[in-house]
Amino acid sequence: MKYILLIYNNPATYESWTEEQRNELFGEVETIMNELTESGEFVGGQGLADPSTTKTVRVRNGAPAVTDGPFAEAKEQLGGYLIIDCESEARAVEIAGRWPDARHFAMEVRQILHTSGTEM
Amino acid sequence: MPDVEDLLRREAPRVLAALVRRYGRFDACEDAVQEALVAAALQWRDRGVPESPGGWLFTVAARRLTDTVRSEQARRRREEHVAAEPPAPLPPDEDDTLTLLILCCHPALSPASQVALTLRAVGGLTTAQIAHAFLVPEATMAQRISRAKQSIRAAGASFELPPEPERAERMRVVLHVLYLIFNEGYTATSGADLQRPDLTAEAIRLTRDVHRLLPDDGEVAGLLALMLLTDARRVARAGPRGELIPLADQDRSLWNRAAIAEGTALVTDALSRAPLGPYQLQAAIAAVHAEAQRAEDTDWPQIAKLYELLAATWPSPVVTLNQAVAVAMVDGPRAGLAMLEALDDDDRMTEHHRLGAVRAHLLEMAGDTDAARAGYRAAARRTASVPEQRYLEGRAARLAG
Repeated sequence: MKYILLIYNNPATYESWTEEQRNELFGEVETIMNELTESGEFVGGQGLADPSTTKTVRVRNGAPAVTDGPFAEAKEQLGGYLIIDCESEARAVEIAGRWPDARHFAMEVRQILHTSGTEM
Repeated sequence: MPDVEDLLRREAPRVLAALVRRYGRFDACEDAVQEALVAAALQWRDRGVPESPGGWLFTVAARRLTDTVRSEQARRRREEHVAAEPPAPLPPDEDDTLTLLILCCHPALSPASQVALTLRAVGGLTTAQIAHAFLVPEATMAQRISRAKQSIRAAGASFELPPEPERAERMRVVLHVLYLIFNEGYTATSGADLQRPDLTAEAIRLTRDVHRLLPDDGEVAGLLALMLLTDARRVARAGPRGELIPLADQDRSLWNRAAIAEGTALVTDALSRAPLGPYQLQAAIAAVHAEAQRAEDTDWPQIAKLYELLAATWPSPVVTLNQAVAVAMVDGPRAGLAMLEALDDDDRMTEHHRLGAVRAHLLEMAGDTDAARAGYRAAARRTASVPEQRYLEGRAARLAG
């Protein structure tokens, strides 16, 4: 089953960290990434550019309105994602729980739709 | 060039088994055979198929293995020994295919890894083809296969048929893996992608091989029959846009009569002379469905009896779920609904959307339209399958009018 793990965090918090703290976090991420790659569970993933560079697009009455940034009041922003193919939801939740952002902010686990189907 | 591909895939497990028998090291041999298959696919297309395809593959794979040995700085003597080896005639493949299957379905591996390794080492598919079939990047599948081989090595597994009773237990896993491969192919609704190999045909081909090797094994025959009887409905089970068509609404003239005849004969024969097993029973149920000319001709009492037997001997939540449908058809929807109650608190019940869908269906049968509609909607939200979601939303919408 394929899941997307959405990584939520607040870049301002990480900016306030020492380089040592940041390196430790990168090290943790690298460890999990290596494990997921070696086990053949890692399908893909990317980090996202700073939320301040976001453009939000809405089309109303056929006219596009483009605004800067996501909703300002939200402190936690989507910072990246990874897609995994694993045995169960429990395993997806376990991986999310080990991602450092889960400790400081939150990870969201959502199953990805597929096109297989059984006669019902 | 499908002929070359078929030929390669038939030869793959034989060459691999011969190589492992001679040099040991299943993981390195498997890599070498894979490289030889890729080389053959390219060269045979241009220059034609050599006189002894198996011997050609064996020689090329042995050479690749030598390269590996050399790069690992093995001793010069062994290297020359391998390089000087003439292309050996391949030994009889009979038991070797079974040994390979049992090795690839080693219990130390996850089901996903067992499936991937089986398709590559026994099915002769390339990593790219397997990756396409499971819609993951090639690198992901390559890692999965490599990890699977490491696990086999770490478990200390040898290239030998295990003794009884372990052998029977290991065969059970093999049959489950073949079933998983079949199911992956059968449930796929996006068949337009030509890059995706036909896993259904592949599973049937492999199961046929096993049946040929173990003709007296009732469960192997049962599994082959179940696959044939299920696959017979393939064209009828989905509409032009991949929408699911339930059994009761299928155009039965589209069912594959030859597959039904073969599957029915297989399961009838197995039931008459082999110890009973769950695949035989499931195949028997599929055969009863298949013999009905119209949905309303279905012999539901017979199906309910077969499910009762299945549930008594090999109980599982999915069996209870299907049994409830049969009971509802015989004794009315309320009897079926009562049967579903046991599943609400069953921790083994993982397919909650299917439970919800069956309950909604029985509620609809009972005339409880509001509850049925709510049930279909809830089930639609729980499934991760797009066609199932559409089907369930469609049922809910039909009740709204």
